[in-house]
Amino acid sequence: MDYARSDPAGGAEQLVTTKIVIAGGLGVGKTTMIGAISEIRPLRTEEVFTDRGVGVDDIAGVEDKATTTVALDFGRITIHEALVLYLLGTPGQQRFWFMWDELALGALGAIVTADTRRLTNCFPAIDYFEHRGTPFIVGVNCFDGAARYKPEDIRIALDLDPEVPVVLFDARERESVKHVLITVVEHVLGRASAKRGRGDVPASRM
Amino acid sequence: MSAPKDTWLDREAGPVVRPYAVTRGRTRPQGDDFDLMAVVTVTAQAPLDPRRLSPEHLRILQVCAVPTPVVDVAVDVAVPLGVARVLLGDLRDEGLITLVTEPETGKGPEEGVLREVLNGLRAL
Repeated sequence: MDYARSDPAGGAEQLVTTKIVIAGGLGVGKTTMIGAISEIRPLRTEEVFTDRGVGVDDIAGVEDKATTTVALDFGRITIHEALVLYLLGTPGQQRFWFMWDELALGALGAIVTADTRRLTNCFPAIDYFEHRGTPFIVGVNCFDGAARYKPEDIRIALDLDPEVPVVLFDARERESVKHVLITVVEHVLGRASAKRGRGDVPASRM
Repeated sequence: MSAPKDTWLDREAGPVVRPYAVTRGRTRPQGDDFDLMAVVTVTAQAPLDPRRLSPEHLRILQVCAVPTPVVDVAVDVAVPLGVARVLLGDLRDEGLITLVTEPETGKGPEEGVLREVLNGLRAL
């Protein structure tokens, strides 16, 4: 492993971590996408549920609650020895929505992956990031045989703000996925400089 | 839970010990929770009595000999994230590990970090 040798007291070359969240419905290509560009790591989380599917904090009565293992799509890209970018896929199933807040907290930005055959599946993710104020782009995974639309048509269909980038990509192609990641970071940087230009304060969390 | 028609072998069958047995039923660490991206490392202090620590605790101490993000601790020690956090909390209580990053504020990375990430991605 190539972690930086950091000195907590001195703080020189302290390891910096950041993450991009990849959202989208089941079967849209999140796992393929993360695997195309990064070292996939087997991350599990064992979640405790009440019958309403809400995470439980208290210890008392845990015996009565079911736990379920959720496998998270998790990839790691070492930018350099003191900077690591993580890619975290959100669990597709609705009952795991409660995990999104933690996955999204402090994220650099998000990619909403979409499939033109089931475009409406990504509405909840778009709503979530819009509401939260997390910068995001929409990546349309072009499956073989899936109808190819123009990004502008997809923007209209999804009722996206004009500044939200829409990119078509192939989740199996490393260069294509790399382009999607670069687009997110450029989008975030663009927003930051636009805010500075207008003299706005950064948007706070909702 | 189990599907009677399927035969689950080896890893497919899941852990022999239920994950939260390792934490004696605790699902959250004492004190503040550990952010996914927080970097943890061992302190200069050695365990007073290593026999009181579980194999998982000891494995975390090994992994954290170099500063390691919490997510990677979970992967390297091969425990679910929630379990890793509880065990990290135990080690923090004992003064054996410490956080080397600031708590997550939710504001996202600074512009300098973003530019480094952008350049790094372009160079991939």
